[in-house]
Amino acid sequence: MKSFWALLSRDVRLAVREGGAIGTALGFFLVVVSLMPLGLGPDLNLLSRIAAGVLWIALLLAALLSLNRIFEADHEDGTLDVLATGPLPLELVTAAKSLAHWITTGIPLAIMAPVLGILLNLDLAAYPILVATTLAGTPAVSFLGAIGAALTMKTRRGGLLLALIVLPLYVPTLIFGISAVSAGAGPTGLAASFLILAAISLVAIVLGPLAAAAALKVQLQ
Amino acid sequence: MQTLTQRLANPARFMELSARLLPWISGAAGILLVSGLYLAFFASPADYQQGETVRIMYIHVPCAWLSMMVYGLIALSSFGLLVFRHPLADVSAKAAAPLGAAFTFLALLTGSLWGKPMWGTYWVWDARLTSVLILFFLYLGLMALRSALEDESAAAKLTAILALVGVTILPIIKFSVDWWNTLHQPSTDFTSTVDPSMRLPLLVMAVAFTLLFFAMHLKAMRNEILRRRVKALRTQAVAGRDRLAAQAANHGAAE
Repeated sequence: MKSFWALLSRDVRLAVREGGAIGTALGFFLVVVSLMPLGLGPDLNLLSRIAAGVLWIALLLAALLSLNRIFEADHEDGTLDVLATGPLPLELVTAAKSLAHWITTGIPLAIMAPVLGILLNLDLAAYPILVATTLAGTPAVSFLGAIGAALTMKTRRGGLLLALIVLPLYVPTLIFGISAVSAGAGPTGLAASFLILAAISLVAIVLGPLAAAAALKVQLQ
Repeated sequence: MQTLTQRLANPARFMELSARLLPWISGAAGILLVSGLYLAFFASPADYQQGETVRIMYIHVPCAWLSMMVYGLIALSSFGLLVFRHPLADVSAKAAAPLGAAFTFLALLTGSLWGKPMWGTYWVWDARLTSVLILFFLYLGLMALRSALEDESAAAKLTAILALVGVTILPIIKFSVDWWNTLHQPSTDFTSTVDPSMRLPLLVMAVAFTLLFFAMHLKAMRNEILRRRVKALRTQAVAGRDRLAAQAANHGAAE
């Protein structure tokens, strides 16, 4: 367990001190969200109606950009081979790395989302819900994404392939993330979609590290 | 006592058995397809509401059924590869993926051709259409991942992992999309609500398409095995030539 936390804090520290990674994802998030009104017209009513969807899609795309770095960098410099032969089971290695990705990408994007909501005239009452759902939903983004990152670790043109593999898996997260924020669901509907979102994340937390570790084992032999 | 799957682990035995089976399956598929098409287009009545467009259903429903069955087959083969390391499992999964994608595409295409006169639009974002579209994306992902990896044995195992992840997530996707929007008619209980004059051609077409798939799948598996043999022989030939060249060089040096 000690080595799990050590690996987690190493990955978080690397992401923070390298800079770049977190800032780029946030910048990308900002740019995609600002392009929307330019493409759809500045009608505030329309923007307010589609704000939740735009924020979630932009968030997924921003997270997607950083996914391929989960394993790639460590694979290139050989760290991954050391980790694979170390005492920590590979499943926990992938779990730690996915968790680190969530902390360094998922949480910043979730915090950034309401700020960008202002640009889209999102209803003020929806702000706390937006933060809560993005926090509950982004673990699924990181942990499912880790599967794709592990599968495409050695491929050329990995980024595009990663998107093709991972985006279909994000459909449930997207649907329930948006339905929670969209008004009109009522408190029960809101609670239902929030709980389902959390359940999807929990499934991803179990499934992701297992599948990612299996994929790494194939490639590290 | 060996089970059939164990005996088939020997590719030579599979080639022999499939060579014997293939003409029968293709023949049965051909006969059923012709008679099914005759029943569907000439011998069955037009629907009182949908008119002639109901005949699209005889192609659409078998394709939609195969799109799911083939993914099930790929998942099963992937399981067989990862757990039992069955040598034919990967051949089966690899051969099935493009076929499954093609049937899924046909289901989407025929559905949208039917949707234009019936719903007034080629595409609606209805739950069923959307989940079949996502199934199509999963097929594309499988094929793209395999083609992106050079090492064939790693490619086999990695696509198998992706196929199993897909089959785990698929029910969640299906559930979420259903929850999201529903317009498509729910699955029909074919024993009761479909008129016998339409049930028979539909049944014949479903069996015909299933046999057609298995005929193409067997053929594709045979081709894949032959392709691997050719590749192995080429590698051997190159290695043999290198060895001869090395021997000749040694010989020359000794003299």
